[in-house]
Amino acid sequence: MSAATRAGPVLAADGTPLKRSLARALRMQKIRALLLVAPLLVFVLITFVTPIGQMLFRSVENDLVADTLPLTVAALADWDASAGELPEEPVFNALARDMIVAVREKNHTKLGTRLNYERTGMSSLFRKSGRQISRWDPEEDAPFRERLIDVHEGWGEIDTWKTIQTHSRRLTPGYFLNAVDMQLTPDGPMAQPESKRILIKLFGRTVWMSLVITVTCIILAYPVAYLLANLPLRKSNLLLIMVLLPFWTSLLVRTSAWKVLLQQQGVINDTLVWLGLVADEARLVMINNQFGTIVAMTHILLPFMILPIYSVMRTIPPAYVRAAKSLGATDWTAFWRVYFPQSVPGIGAGSILVFILAIGYYITPEIVGGTKGVFISNRIAYHISFSLNWGLAAALGTILLVAVLILYWCYDRIVGIDNVKLG
Amino acid sequence: MDDTRDGSIGNSMPFTLTVVGSVAAVAALPVGLSGSRELEYILSIALGSAAISVLTAFILLSAVGLGGRGYAIAAGAVVGAVLGTVAGGPGGGMAGTPTGAVAVWFIYWIHYRGYRNGLPPYLSSRQVLWYYAYRLICGLVFFFLIAPILVILPLSFNAQDFFTFTPEMLRFEAEGYSLKHYRDFFTNNEWQRSFRNSLIIAPIATAISVSLGTLAAIGLSQSHVPFKRSIMAILISPMIVPLIISATGMFFFYSQVGNWMEGSLGLEKTFVGYVKIVLAHAVLGIPFVIITVTATLVGFDRSLTRAAANLGANPVRTFFSVQMPLILPGVISGALFAFITSFDEVVVVLFVGSASQKTLPWQMFTGLREQISPTILAVATILVVISIALLTTVELLRRRSEALRGMSPG
Repeated sequence: MSAATRAGPVLAADGTPLKRSLARALRMQKIRALLLVAPLLVFVLITFVTPIGQMLFRSVENDLVADTLPLTVAALADWDASAGELPEEPVFNALARDMIVAVREKNHTKLGTRLNYERTGMSSLFRKSGRQISRWDPEEDAPFRERLIDVHEGWGEIDTWKTIQTHSRRLTPGYFLNAVDMQLTPDGPMAQPESKRILIKLFGRTVWMSLVITVTCIILAYPVAYLLANLPLRKSNLLLIMVLLPFWTSLLVRTSAWKVLLQQQGVINDTLVWLGLVADEARLVMINNQFGTIVAMTHILLPFMILPIYSVMRTIPPAYVRAAKSLGATDWTAFWRVYFPQSVPGIGAGSILVFILAIGYYITPEIVGGTKGVFISNRIAYHISFSLNWGLAAALGTILLVAVLILYWCYDRIVGIDNVKLG
Repeated sequence: MDDTRDGSIGNSMPFTLTVVGSVAAVAALPVGLSGSRELEYILSIALGSAAISVLTAFILLSAVGLGGRGYAIAAGAVVGAVLGTVAGGPGGGMAGTPTGAVAVWFIYWIHYRGYRNGLPPYLSSRQVLWYYAYRLICGLVFFFLIAPILVILPLSFNAQDFFTFTPEMLRFEAEGYSLKHYRDFFTNNEWQRSFRNSLIIAPIATAISVSLGTLAAIGLSQSHVPFKRSIMAILISPMIVPLIISATGMFFFYSQVGNWMEGSLGLEKTFVGYVKIVLAHAVLGIPFVIITVTATLVGFDRSLTRAAANLGANPVRTFFSVQMPLILPGVISGALFAFITSFDEVVVVLFVGSASQKTLPWQMFTGLREQISPTILAVATILVVISIALLTTVELLRRRSEALRGMSPG
């Protein structure tokens, strides 16, 4: 071998430089890994991330006014709402033309419903005038200003026009303002009237009850986890089944169990009456209120608290507590100053997990919560299925999602996303 | 006797009698309360039973002693059975037998310091008391966890349409029990249709999440994966995002997808409905598959696949005859998680599905919210049995997986 070849790059068997050959192998490996992941990633992106993204977009989307009344919106652009005068004839003309089209395509009631969220009375205004306008002709029946006001005096009110103008933009912060008990008025964001302010209270209640549930879970889970962690493995595995069985049992089974137990004619009340602790005519009301939700959800979420605390406690060496005692600490001091601080990570992990799960719960509050024990998620479901105010539902969902993601980020910081274990 | 540290003899009659008397008085309180709410009556019941048990304890301990313990417990059971039957029929007898036996056993346990058996002899009395109090607390928490689930099992055999124990049931009379709620479940069309729907949707959704999830987990466990953290976060996200939000998003998404599939592809409406729910459930099950399979792959010995390749197997053959058998336990438990997720899911079905795709949980949910019928309890019992079966399977698989991994070197 000459000195020149020795100084050159190290070659692989096929003659390419080793460095390049290794880089190519690494690249191949990366590509193969990505190819394995790709089908699932695409699937999740399409069927999960896209829907969530659409929901986020829907919370600010506001195409209905601009799509249904395109001419009116254009004509209203120059109108000065603060002058205190009704718009001129061109605007009314544009509205009549838009409405004739809208009534033909049966869109006007939808628009009325949409604007009714912002100003009550808009729904009936659109419905009632729709019937008359459908018989008009855009050319022969002009001018429309007096005619429209004749049809419904709502068209003669400045506020009607202000509402249309305010909500004609294609992107609106209106739903988010609604979600925090405010509304987008022609004069900017304002607080909702007293009677409509329920959502902030509901958010507060959701957070408060989730906290109560989390704390109750900690109190109940800690002793059990400690017992499980300090028993011999065979015994603790047996007891662990008692924790895992509720975990594996259908959520609806557990919820129906609580409905059966907590009813006024249910098992608990019957037992209390039989024991004489409660008079027959004064049976306790334990369901359809906050108490019912808290008890049932504590039961349902308790395994999610026990398991993380247990797995942390398993790793705490018993020698520390023994050392503390041999140095003269009492039982309590040894526990509180030596053992407890080491188990705090487990409590933290369990608390965040339980809190995240609790804050988005829907089924259990819906069944045992009545009206006083429901969460923000029940309000979202209500807006999806009953009031059909999907924009507001999306805005509420977005706020909830952001809260959960922040908490989840904390969870990732404390526990690590890869350390999620099941069963 | 002083509280001796050696704990060998140290039995004292006054201590035993005090404990037995107070326990009897407390135990008698509910009985007194159920009879009348007057203080004198309750007090007399409590004091009376305290006196009777102190007397019994004294006679037992001084006349019978430790030698006749077995006979004494048996006698206690007989007396309890007789008294219970007199007071409350066959049900009372069944409750009285163990009560009598336990009462006598308790007297001996207290007097001969059975409570110190198995405990370190240096513990002080307070530590022993705390030991049992602590066990009691844990027992109560376990009771809270399990009792609600167990309570519905007997209730599902109720002959009446009530959600509580009828007097006939408490007296253990045959006419108090019946299978009529189960019969209703198996003959009622609506329940059967929803059960069938669940059995159609859950396995297909599971198959999708398991096949895609296992591939992805194998990909993710390679040593060099770009953007591993972000990919992992995306794949896990269906588990993190609250169901109500996923359901809201899917509600908007799948109504468009459904319109498109019906309109442009001309597919049948019911079929489209099933496809929508299967896809929605599949994505919800994916995080569980990913988590369990990656956990199994952590302990997977990579030299095994290299050895297989060295011996001439192509990647597909290596996967199916070397890697797959070893990670199979993880894959199956992931599949069970995915199955139970779909089988138990309500919110998304409620939002995405239409009446013809009504699943079992949906039917239960409507039943619970509107007119609650006892058939729900029969269904719940069946589901509890299914979940016990699943739990056992997962537990066995976990052990097997650990054993397999213990076998492989490294």
